[in-house]
Amino acid sequence: MIPYWLLYFLTLVIFVLGLYCLVAKKNIIKKIIGVVITEYSINLFLVLIGYRKGGIAPILLKDISEQQMAEKGVDPLPQALVLTSIVIGLGVLALMVSMVLRLYEKYKTFDMSEINDLKG
Amino acid sequence: MDQLAADKSKGMTVIVKTVVRFVIGIIVMFGAYIVAYGHITPGGGFAGGVILACGYIILTLAFGRELALSKLSDTGASILDNTGALVFASIALLGYIGGAFFMNFIDHGTLFHLFSAGIIPLCNVAIGIKVTASLFAIFIALSIFGRFISKIVEEEEEE
Amino acid sequence: MDLYLLILLIFMIIGSIIAIETKKLLSSVISVGVVGFSLSIAFLMLKAPDIAITQIVVEILILVVLIRATISTDNTAIEKHWDTFSFVSSLIFFGLFLVFAFLAVHDLNHFGHPLLTVSKRYLAEGPKETHAANIVTSILLDYRGYDTLGEATVLFTSIVGAFVILRRRGRKKKSDQDMEKVGILQDEDIKKNFGEIEGDDDGSTGGR
Repeated sequence: MIPYWLLYFLTLVIFVLGLYCLVAKKNIIKKIIGVVITEYSINLFLVLIGYRKGGIAPILLKDISEQQMAEKGVDPLPQALVLTSIVIGLGVLALMVSMVLRLYEKYKTFDMSEINDLKG
Repeated sequence: MDQLAADKSKGMTVIVKTVVRFVIGIIVMFGAYIVAYGHITPGGGFAGGVILACGYIILTLAFGRELALSKLSDTGASILDNTGALVFASIALLGYIGGAFFMNFIDHGTLFHLFSAGIIPLCNVAIGIKVTASLFAIFIALSIFGRFISKIVEEEEEE
Repeated sequence: MDLYLLILLIFMIIGSIIAIETKKLLSSVISVGVVGFSLSIAFLMLKAPDIAITQIVVEILILVVLIRATISTDNTAIEKHWDTFSFVSSLIFFGLFLVFAFLAVHDLNHFGHPLLTVSKRYLAEGPKETHAANIVTSILLDYRGYDTLGEATVLFTSIVGAFVILRRRGRKKKSDQDMEKVGILQDEDIKKNFGEIEGDDDGSTGGR
């Protein structure tokens, strides 16, 4: 009903939107928002690759046998890596925001074209 | 400490304070459950640590910064952070007892019990403590910096 | 099931376009929050409850930190000049990227039939070898524990870095303090130490 590549392609469209916001906008906060949107799209792409149709979550319950898990389980390896990636994104955002606050204290503006003039 | 809690000038209104007093025990208990049962149900050290840090943040927002700092000072947060990281690294080094780096050398136990799966619950607890202390400390640092920066901006505009 | 994911993805695209284009900074931060929460619902639909829990709470903290950055300053992002070069060049390059991405996604596996070259062993032997019911946690802390050690290091380093940047400094005026440390002499000091210097008006070497 839906072509199989459409979901992957729309995720890459979100990636390109985030990257455009990072490159072409002048306000620093917009650039940070671009980085955040790019990270979301990449995490979604990794989990989309590991999905299995009609699958069950990779958590063993008491009434699921191990053979059922091997036949119907969703890929657990991208999930472990995306868990790492989400928490690293939070740490990097804290660092970026602290840099932006220092820049605002020195230059009194968020506009990147005024900060770009190096003084002495 | 009750004087800090009943101070009307800091924090938010009476309704928010009453609700937060009731809710924060539930949040801390939920966060500890997610950390401790990380190898049986979904969750783990990172999600539980972030939930506990959110509990501290709602305490700071509702009652003001002094009360939150009296519960866990910034020096204490830094000590907890480093302790969590050191415990995690030492668990990895102790794996040499089993033969290799990061080897699961404790007796595994049975499935679906709380004390099972070797080093995994210990690692979850260490990571949970580390993430909680880190995120709480960075929130306090960002909020203190705000007061400092607006004071400097005012002083430089007066001159 | 595919249809629900498609609706969620289109909703996320609209949310991110609003976050990029709106002029008020607080509105764009709230739009980023909306994108994050619908991402958590998408993770739940893709049968990954671990990641859904982590994404919701981390999204709340991202919103708190971003609102802290925008709330105490001027709140609009009005651009003065229209920067045509970066706009046109980014359109060209990202259009090229999307064309190649369209050709490349035809080579991926069909949605719903994963490859599972390594994870066959993790799914089959994981609970038996490690006696942990949560297979994702056993991958994170037993099979791939070294990556988790690296992640803890990265988190630790970024938090320590943020502390160093936000440290309180002295009360002296900042420009004097910086110039003294680096050794830049002011104009009065140059005239005092070296006397008046007659200079050539044109900087050309060689004769007149």
